Amino acid sequence: MVANAMSSARDEILAHIRAALRDVPPDERPEDVSVPRDYLEQEPDATVERFVERVTDYGASVRTVAAAELASAVGEACREADVARIVVPRDVPAEWVPPSIEALVDAPLAAVELDRIGAALTGCALAIADTGTIVFDGGAYQGRRLLTLVPDVHLCVVREEQVVDGVPAAIRRIAADVRTARRPVTFVSGPSATSDIEFSRVEGVHGPRRLALIVVRS
Amino acid sequence: MKRRGFPAAARKALRNDQLRGNLALATGTIRERRAKAVDERPDWEELREAGRTLKLRVLRHLDSYLVQFERAVEAAGGHVHWARDDVEAGSVVARLVAEAGATEVVKVKSMTTDEIGLSEQLAASGIEVVETDLAELICQLAGDPPSHILVPAIHKNRTEIRDLFRRTIGAPDLSDEPRELAEAARLHLRRKFLSARVAVSGANFGVAETGSVCVVESEGNGRFCTTLPQTLITVMGIEKLVPSVEDLEVFFQLLPRSSTGERMNPYTSLWTGVTPGDGPQEFHVVLLDNGRTSVLADEVGRQTLACIRCSACLNVCPVYIRTGGHAYGSVYPGPIGAILTPQLSGVGGDASSLPYASSLCGACYEVCPVKIDIPRVLVHLRSRIVAEKAGGAGERIAMRVLARAFADEHRYERAQKLGRAAGRPFARKGAISHLPLLGAWTDARDLRPVARQTFREWWRTR
Repeated sequence: MVANAMSSARDEILAHIRAALRDVPPDERPEDVSVPRDYLEQEPDATVERFVERVTDYGASVRTVAAAELASAVGEACREADVARIVVPRDVPAEWVPPSIEALVDAPLAAVELDRIGAALTGCALAIADTGTIVFDGGAYQGRRLLTLVPDVHLCVVREEQVVDGVPAAIRRIAADVRTARRPVTFVSGPSATSDIEFSRVEGVHGPRRLALIVVRS
Repeated sequence: MKRRGFPAAARKALRNDQLRGNLALATGTIRERRAKAVDERPDWEELREAGRTLKLRVLRHLDSYLVQFERAVEAAGGHVHWARDDVEAGSVVARLVAEAGATEVVKVKSMTTDEIGLSEQLAASGIEVVETDLAELICQLAGDPPSHILVPAIHKNRTEIRDLFRRTIGAPDLSDEPRELAEAARLHLRRKFLSARVAVSGANFGVAETGSVCVVESEGNGRFCTTLPQTLITVMGIEKLVPSVEDLEVFFQLLPRSSTGERMNPYTSLWTGVTPGDGPQEFHVVLLDNGRTSVLADEVGRQTLACIRCSACLNVCPVYIRTGGHAYGSVYPGPIGAILTPQLSGVGGDASSLPYASSLCGACYEVCPVKIDIPRVLVHLRSRIVAEKAGGAGERIAMRVLARAFADEHRYERAQKLGRAAGRPFARKGAISHLPLLGAWTDARDLRPVARQTFREWWRTR
């Protein structure tokens, strides 16, 4: 019964669409509707400095360090956020975590447990200089989506070579992940925010209230 | 149409000084921010043209893109449902919630679910809906309908929100600091998120090629809804598709800059079916028509379906800025609402005063990120409404007479003399504020009486 009703809704909607599009020549293919791509495919001067400047604009904190200083930068960011216990994805290297910090591995943990942990420490898939965005696709050092959402502080490690210039470059990099591996993708630009009260910006509603980035020079 | 619909509601809204103050402040701020963010992109016009043509491509081939999308969602482990109208969509969602064994759902703000009155429909089936967007929560607690696409509680200021929260979810000593108010909402909703088993969302984009669905937001409630619960139900208008993943690069640049005036919104989620071990393990998409196929059938009106719900047109509209969203009496307010609502609900219906809620200044067209020619569609809808209206003979006869008079110089001059004499009894203090039979023309504006001496008469005596 239900299956019948559904298939008839489907058929009816598709029939209405075809009737509505009578003015479209039957031999027209989608590609025949030309889409001019004259917008910029590259961002001139979009470097790691631009990324740092733009992500700072959103109210995130940024530390730029050499690879050897990574763990101490993590420790510093934890102290600043008043956090002693963090959660990490299974594949995050032990060298990222300073001895002063207790790191729990997401084995996986239940959401209520994540809610009691001060911060999450992850890597990212890539970062966008022009918009100050970090992108996650569930790949190396990133873990599942909940990890970067539930704890109040998100510490994220960005390697300099992961920074791309603009949005088109980022989409081209993740397109294959989406198309073949069907990985979920999240774009994060600064901490969670709202402007719902008199359009005045408040950082931290449901997502992490603090975003602390550690950019590792190559 | 006289003194019904928009004009009557607008008259009431215009008398509310608090509302006008809140609106002027908020829309002014967003306008400035948008202008700055848009000026930063040297290729803004090229992005708009790409956005417009991509949407045009999808609309002209909507049937094949929908079938492609359906196949891709199913291949990725999701389920696709089709709904002809609001009631059908509501009953599909209610059934899916019941099948998941839930009596409460968390919901992320979406215009489409507001359009079909989903929360009310679910409530009628005994399912409690928790709005998780801060502004929607404010509206839900206050019992107000939303009044702006992006900032639904734009009609409320911080003191009003503080008083509301003190009565409902917050401590009695809560201050009116936006930071503290947001914190009260965070605490209230965090418990809901952690216990929810089913979430309902809308969609900003669907990718035909991969079956991916995209939600663009700021607060993180969208991420919670689309990752924490076991079951996710997405209600999506059939027009929301883009052809391929790469096409998102155009809209990811157009939408945040137009909407909040940011280079990028805080969170954008894109997921494809079900991912084992990460996020909901049960995923449903409900594809909604609810009048969209009749919008598609109108060759001029069709472009309305390209709308990406950024709300830039609201913030620049001289009518919206003064009356606010409630005066439109429709889920979609402002210029886009004035063309979308009457087309969705049927031209000639309740919403037929909306295409007149405009001065046709064209500011909306200028800011539209996908170049919807709103003024053109407004005029087109006005003519459809007049054509479909059986009454209104006075206006039609007057226009026919006027056309004859304008066609001939002598007839024109005689008409001026006649107008001068005929208008005099209606003029008060140099203006005509009401004309019998032609009330629609004088309800909202005063008419100047024909001058004592016309230009042509003066020219001859010079």
